[in-house]
Amino acid sequence: MLRLNVNGQERTIDGIADDTPLLWVLRDELKLVGTKFGCGVGQCGACTVHLNGQPIRSCQIPAVAAAGQKVTTVEGLSASAQLTALQQAWIDHDVPQCGYCQSGQLMTATALLKQHPKPTDAQIDQFMTNICRCGTYVRIRKAIHAAAAATAGKGGAA
Amino acid sequence: MSAVINSNAEHHTMIAEFERLLAQPMEAAAAQSLSRRGFMKLSGGVGGGLVLALAVGLPDQASAQGAPPQVPFAPGAYVRISPDGKITLYSKNPEIGQGIKTAFGVILAEELDAAWADVTVEQSEINAAVYGAQFAGGSLSIPTNWDNLRQAGAGARAMLVAAAAKQWGVAESELTTADSNVIHAASGRKASYGSLATAAAALPVPADPKALKLKDRKDYKLIGKRFTGVDNVSLVTGKPLFAIDVNLPGMLYASLVKCPSVGGKVASANIDEIKKLPGITDAFIVEGTAKPANVMMTGVLPGVAIVGKSTWAVFSARKQLKVNWDHSTASKDSWSDYVVKAKELAVKPAGDKVVKTVGDIDKVLASAKPVEGYYQFAFVSHAQLEPQNTVAWFKGDSIELWAPTQLPANSLPLVAGIAGLKADKVTLHQMRVGGGFGRRLLNDFVADAAYVATKVPNTPVKLMWTREDDMQHDAYRVGGFMAYKGVLDEQGKLAALNAHMIGFEDPVSKAPTTASDFGANEFPANYLTDYRASISRLPLSMPCGPWRAPGSNTMSWVQQSFFHELAVAAKRDHVEFLLEVFGRKAGAAPQAGPPGLNPDRAIGVIKLAAEKAGWGKPLPKGHHLGLAFFFSHQGHIAEIAEVSVDAKKKVTVHKMTVACDIGPVINLSGAENQVQGCVVDAMSTLALEITMENGAAQQVNYDKYPARRMPNSPQVDVHFVQSNYNPTGLGEPAFPPAAPAICNAIFAATGTRIRTLPITKAGFSVA
Repeated sequence: MLRLNVNGQERTIDGIADDTPLLWVLRDELKLVGTKFGCGVGQCGACTVHLNGQPIRSCQIPAVAAAGQKVTTVEGLSASAQLTALQQAWIDHDVPQCGYCQSGQLMTATALLKQHPKPTDAQIDQFMTNICRCGTYVRIRKAIHAAAAATAGKGGAA
Repeated sequence: MSAVINSNAEHHTMIAEFERLLAQPMEAAAAQSLSRRGFMKLSGGVGGGLVLALAVGLPDQASAQGAPPQVPFAPGAYVRISPDGKITLYSKNPEIGQGIKTAFGVILAEELDAAWADVTVEQSEINAAVYGAQFAGGSLSIPTNWDNLRQAGAGARAMLVAAAAKQWGVAESELTTADSNVIHAASGRKASYGSLATAAAALPVPADPKALKLKDRKDYKLIGKRFTGVDNVSLVTGKPLFAIDVNLPGMLYASLVKCPSVGGKVASANIDEIKKLPGITDAFIVEGTAKPANVMMTGVLPGVAIVGKSTWAVFSARKQLKVNWDHSTASKDSWSDYVVKAKELAVKPAGDKVVKTVGDIDKVLASAKPVEGYYQFAFVSHAQLEPQNTVAWFKGDSIELWAPTQLPANSLPLVAGIAGLKADKVTLHQMRVGGGFGRRLLNDFVADAAYVATKVPNTPVKLMWTREDDMQHDAYRVGGFMAYKGVLDEQGKLAALNAHMIGFEDPVSKAPTTASDFGANEFPANYLTDYRASISRLPLSMPCGPWRAPGSNTMSWVQQSFFHELAVAAKRDHVEFLLEVFGRKAGAAPQAGPPGLNPDRAIGVIKLAAEKAGWGKPLPKGHHLGLAFFFSHQGHIAEIAEVSVDAKKKVTVHKMTVACDIGPVINLSGAENQVQGCVVDAMSTLALEITMENGAAQQVNYDKYPARRMPNSPQVDVHFVQSNYNPTGLGEPAFPPAAPAICNAIFAATGTRIRTLPITKAGFSVA
């Protein structure tokens, strides 16, 4: 039996193979489908979640390796009905096109703002390695800057 | 479509079924819309109640006991107003990232005069009897629905006004509407749409939707403003919107492993071993139902299907699968062979099929020293981020599917044939599409799911492609070649042009490969006195399909690059050179009428782009400009790239200035987003290729097909002319001019003419 802490909740999962990636436990077993499958080889970043606050490609780590640690998915980004500053900036700047990559982009951007509350363009370029085939990068950058500005002085992470 | 519309490339190159949908003249498409379908047919108050219920959901529950029953007002298939004031608008076409769900909502809400805050937009059901053609392709959703959606909104508004007039005993002409209210200014009375819903539902619908007065453009409150996408909250909170997100009780998961060389069959496979693997419930050989001539459209390719209790169980089992492929029927295509053969063919002045001749081009070529350019462009993949998938549930006498398709109507007969059912026993739920780019105009993945579902009856099954399946079995953007010879007169004006395209055809049927064709009216056919366009074709088995602005995206690159070569050879300014050619027909096109290439609109956007980009003015050190114009999908678009190139041939695109004449813009935010995306996609595609050897693609995941990421995304300045022509969609037409604009700027910066794509072949990279 696998025990995971996902979005603050203790979850137990039975009968999965030891090599099952965290991605597929989230999607198929826990029905947390906000985390997306894109490439299966750690390239595209659509499957990005946080493990103890750090962004990881969930298609690349076995779920058992996350046992007993803190997993956060896009569904758990905001603890309440209130959206985070980044989620709100994503809406204000109308970032998505097809939207399929955007939960992964948000997870990466959230981690970026934790490390660099006021990121430079260079830091954004270095950190944001997720693929968006629709090419919404211009707006992702704007939204990150906007969220950083909105959060500045409030002392809270985005 | 009319000859005028045929003047751009893509209408020659669409897949046959898609062409059939496009073939309805624009006027007929508008006429078929409202009066016969989404409005009148479903209306009629009480009499229409049942149909209404089927079309737009069950009526709201009667209100508290004793009170008269409150019913929603749903005059047709597009608008539904609940007594509590909630307004639901139905978007009929698939949302693939082009923003149609938001744009359709804005158009409906504008004529309805609804407050945007009251509005929810939902994907409609797929039902041709109600909605007519439903598809996302050709940037046609806006132009073919502009009239009927405005009429649907205006008709509902007229009925709400009539209901208020009746209630208050005043003339309709004394009433106005605003923000989901009917207002009688003279008496200061105001009634919300919700409060009028029950009364309006009892009224007859307007007899002639075309007679409804639509708003003047100056009175628009919503159209042309900025709206964030209607699904954005759901997207940023991870709500299930996509087919891949569908979870049903008892659902199984499946994969269909196909031969890497397209068309190969299974000779044998270790099926019994696979069946014993953990989590696997079934495995079987699929003979395939597709006809070899057009494998992608007609059904399921041969392979091995594996069914199991989770995606990972199935994907893991694939790794244990051993297939002995029979390659006798498989593609043997080789890109390196094509490159050699095309070059041999290109020396001939004309190809096997001449599509247009004007004057005597051979005579002109013999007596002049032409400017020559031979261009080559690679196959590319759609690489949309959501891999192909469909959930299918075969119930013996019917089948239900959840699919990310751009062309749902075509999947219905396809699935019916596979399941041995009549088409009306197929129900397809249109899901949000995780990237389209034309790939999902083909429904092969829906067919895969339907086939596997018939083998596990009464169980929902999610059919998943891996990324490798997706890139290996794409319907690629076809590669190709173009040999140009252009003749300049003594004044340096373009006098004559010979264009010999080397494209592809199906080896059996000899049908042109999708997007591998040359339109008879392709620019500048109608602008020169001596001209010839011709095509030679090589046999190709690799499946190709529509890819964002099919035909146009490569035609633009060869044509607009060569026009720059001509301008350079003539020692003339590129802007002035292009303007002079279009100027030869200036004023010749009607101001309204068929949406073909209009030289005045072309001149307008070229001038606008030049002005906004600072053409001819000083630039930052090392920066250079490149221009391109292309007409496609009813959009006239000029783009100017500002680039610098470093010593290692690394190209940085600092800015792209884009001038668009697409008629009135519906959602300014969405429109700019599409243009920004087109520019980034064009930059990405400049440096990418799919090569195939022995019938198999050599790049099957993002590691070998590195789609563009965040760094160095350029500033994209978008300028809209906002003309009064019929509006068009913007998912495609901003794509074609971007690549030639960048390549022309690279020439300005380096003196190197890029005649081969990807640009990495000439040692360049895009920063």
